[in-house]
Amino acid sequence: MLVLTRKINESIQIGDNIEITVLSVQGDQIKLGIKAPKDIEVHRKEVYVSIQETNNEAASILPNILDILKNTSKNLK
Amino acid sequence: MEIRTKYHEVIEVEQKDILHFQNGIPGFIEEKSFILLKLDAESPFYILQSTETAELGFVIVNPFQFFKTYEFVLSDNEKAQLKLESEQDVAVYTILNVKDPFEHSTANLQAPIVLNTKNNEAKQIILNDPRYQTKQRLFSEKAVK
Repeated sequence: MLVLTRKINESIQIGDNIEITVLSVQGDQIKLGIKAPKDIEVHRKEVYVSIQETNNEAASILPNILDILKNTSKNLK
Repeated sequence: MEIRTKYHEVIEVEQKDILHFQNGIPGFIEEKSFILLKLDAESPFYILQSTETAELGFVIVNPFQFFKTYEFVLSDNEKAQLKLESEQDVAVYTILNVKDPFEHSTANLQAPIVLNTKNNEAKQIILNDPRYQTKQRLFSEKAVK
């Protein structure tokens, strides 16, 4: 991992079109500003990881799932 | 073309029915091509089946079936990615984590699947709304005995 030291209002340029700026530091909280092209998605890491984990779990569901769903479909009517 | 599926064995699909996930979905970023299979004529559930990987199929449902007040706003970026022109063309699904018994199943309301029905461009978007979680119970705890 590349490690850089920055001060408030200093930035990091990643490639041609991603810029990350340190906007403020308060205690252990750091506010970052991110400029990136529209097709680059930016998410809080823990949120993205929880979506990945939930998708993984949903993809490995029970083998008897069709029976469960068929019974449920009947009850929902 | 013929594809192998997780729950429906081998089926014949038409090119025009294939949904394109340009960036895959989180956890499966290589999976860009899916097909929507209705469980059966009367069921509200669908299988979102990968056309590449037979073992990869998600159970999805229209979230409004279970969550009447569910709502979110698409960002301009998301609309641009889906080449969305009209609200009329949007279909929304949520991935279920199905449990036995079904009453314990959860829905991923934080990351709905949004589909442009005009061009079949689709995307799992990530919401930043404290009301919606990745594992939201379909039925309130009270309703489940």
